[in-house]
Amino acid sequence: MSRQFTPKVVTANALLEGDVVYLTADDRWSRHHHEAELLEDEAHAEIRLLHAQGQPDRVVGAYLAEARAGAAGPEPVHFREAFRTRGPSNYPHGKQEEGAASRRP
Amino acid sequence: MYRYDEFDETFVRNRVAQFRAQVERRIDGGLTEDEFKPLRLMNGLYLQLHAYMLRVAIPYGTLDSRKMRQLAMIAERWDKGYGHFTTRQNIQFNWPRLRDVPDMLDALADVGMHAIQTSGNCVRNVTADHFAGAAADEIADPRPVAELLRQWSTDHPEFQFLPRKFKIAITGSPNDRAVTRAHDIGLRMVERDGAPGFEVVAGGGLGRTPVLGQVIRDFLPRADLLPYVEAILSVYNELGRRDNKYKARIKITVQETGLEAFRALVEARFAELRGEWEGADQAWLARIEADFAPPSLRRGSTAPYEDARAGDPVFRAWSDTNLTAHRDPDHAIVTISLKAHGETPGDATTEQMRVMADLAEAYGHDELRISHEQNVILPHVHKADLPRVHAVLKSAGLATANVGLISDIIACPGMDYCALATARSIPVAQAIAARFDELKLEHDIGPIKLKISGCINACGHHHVGHIGILGLDRAGVENYQITLGGDGTETAAIGTRAGKGFAYDEIVDAIERLIHAYLAHRDSAEETFIDTYRRLGPAPFKAALYPEEADRHAA
Ligand code: HEM
Ligand code: SF4
Repeated sequence: MSRQFTPKVVTANALLEGDVVYLTADDRWSRHHHEAELLEDEAHAEIRLLHAQGQPDRVVGAYLAEARAGAAGPEPVHFREAFRTRGPSNYPHGKQEEGAASRRP
Repeated sequence: MYRYDEFDETFVRNRVAQFRAQVERRIDGGLTEDEFKPLRLMNGLYLQLHAYMLRVAIPYGTLDSRKMRQLAMIAERWDKGYGHFTTRQNIQFNWPRLRDVPDMLDALADVGMHAIQTSGNCVRNVTADHFAGAAADEIADPRPVAELLRQWSTDHPEFQFLPRKFKIAITGSPNDRAVTRAHDIGLRMVERDGAPGFEVVAGGGLGRTPVLGQVIRDFLPRADLLPYVEAILSVYNELGRRDNKYKARIKITVQETGLEAFRALVEARFAELRGEWEGADQAWLARIEADFAPPSLRRGSTAPYEDARAGDPVFRAWSDTNLTAHRDPDHAIVTISLKAHGETPGDATTEQMRVMADLAEAYGHDELRISHEQNVILPHVHKADLPRVHAVLKSAGLATANVGLISDIIACPGMDYCALATARSIPVAQAIAARFDELKLEHDIGPIKLKISGCINACGHHHVGHIGILGLDRAGVENYQITLGGDGTETAAIGTRAGKGFAYDEIVDAIERLIHAYLAHRDSAEETFIDTYRRLGPAPFKAALYPEEADRHAA
């Protein structure tokens, strides 16, 4: 494990809805950041990203986003990733909207 | 208004059918995302931060009630009950699902609309002065020429794979409301010895390297327009850089080649192309012009208007800011503000779209326009009808009296939607508008252009705002840089950076300080912000923005 490697999660957008999704340790795509697998090893992270990129029928644009461990699971580090966990700030749309959380890709 | 002929109709329907099949193949795995992405972009479908986004062209900003109602229907049925009008006279739907997009495109085709060439390295939606055909200061309606350019450039085989996107804007007035100098080609109608023609400006653009277009031809006879535009595109297509995206726009080509050399190449190409049309383009234009015949305006007393102005201060305030002189003195151009204080600039709900459609039908010769300033216009309203129009707008939350004022902000979608953003722009616009509303200062401040972009691409035109705000990511924190002195009109200028940026929670206070400095320094209430800035230069404004530095110098 490289010393400089900062923990990551694999994230993408769902093919059909466009909604933000995260790859979990048990190979699901979750709508919730805290359910994502926190990747602390660089080599493992690369493999998980390849695994995600091999699912073009389910997700688009998979990439590794910086994250850190939190009480309820991984938390975003950058503000862009924090916005992606919620939705826009001008309307209660996206994930912050009630009900959206229960939809699955 | 221009009506689709059979050719247009078949072309658009075929494209929808084609795209429907492409979506199906993407979903069932027949197409990879790499294969699908250019196809969806060609049909206006982007993937943003939280969802897909469908961008629909509103050619030269012109709509009728039927189209507006269809946009409302689409927003209601397949989106979240609103649409976002943009600086490029498009409407964007922020929440479509992939499977629904072909149906949305079919619904658009039902009313002669589409999303073709709203993305990609082709000639994009041709934009025009939103007061076209109505303004008192106009030489002629520029829209027939815009429509000619639209038809000519749509699916033009030579110009589908240009080095980069290509934007054309056109105005028929000496007062430039179409920001022509920030476009790849800007066309401004002029007259010489009584003959109509164009001043042709080329090589303008915003983005990371803002450049004002330069005059490449000071007078082009009207009949030469199409071959001349074709000559510019053809020279650009050949010389424009395909090796570097940041050097690919025509603004860079003109700089690298030099204006004189570029002009000589264009003139040489023009000499070859000029004879080829043999007048076919002029016959084509004449047919289009018939579709833009001006509405027959009603005669009648304007007394209800004068009475309402005398008796109703709310109406009076609205008519002071939201009306523009029509070429017929008994009529007015109404700008409907989509900038209610604290709301998202450019957004309209389905209900509001329907109200605007109803008003256009009842009082406005069935015409609507979308302005690059993200407002909606009723171009031909008889003054006697204005009190009624105002009352209906008021009940729909559409009567904000702020057109041209500090809360009439252009803001790009920023990091609330856009995948390229480096910071948010919408909440900054909302907070600034709400602040000046609270202070009850905006009418005292008077005309001012404030424009916000959420990244260096400058979709919010911040470079040409009197005050521009650019949202950046500085070490993982949103940071807002202010530019001053920009201007998008016939006296165009690129704003200059005031100094270091401000944090998200500092930017509204910084703008307030800037405005107080203006109010303190203007020589009278008549001197606008931009005039004061031009008279005094940036010093007093910088001092207000960075008081700690001023203190340091004083110490
Ligand atoms: C999906 C969202 C968007 C993307 C991906 C996007 C992308 C871009 C890019 C890459 C540029 C820079 C072009 C260059 O410098 O070569 C640009 C410029 C521009 N865009 Fe957008 N944009 C988006 C949304 C918008 C919106 C919502 C508007 C209208 C409000 C808009 C209007 C413009 C304008 C006016 C410019 C600057 C003029 C110029 O092309 O030089 N864009 N956009
Ligand atoms: S300026 Fe940047 S953030 Fe704003 S819409 Fe354009 S690309 Fe997106």
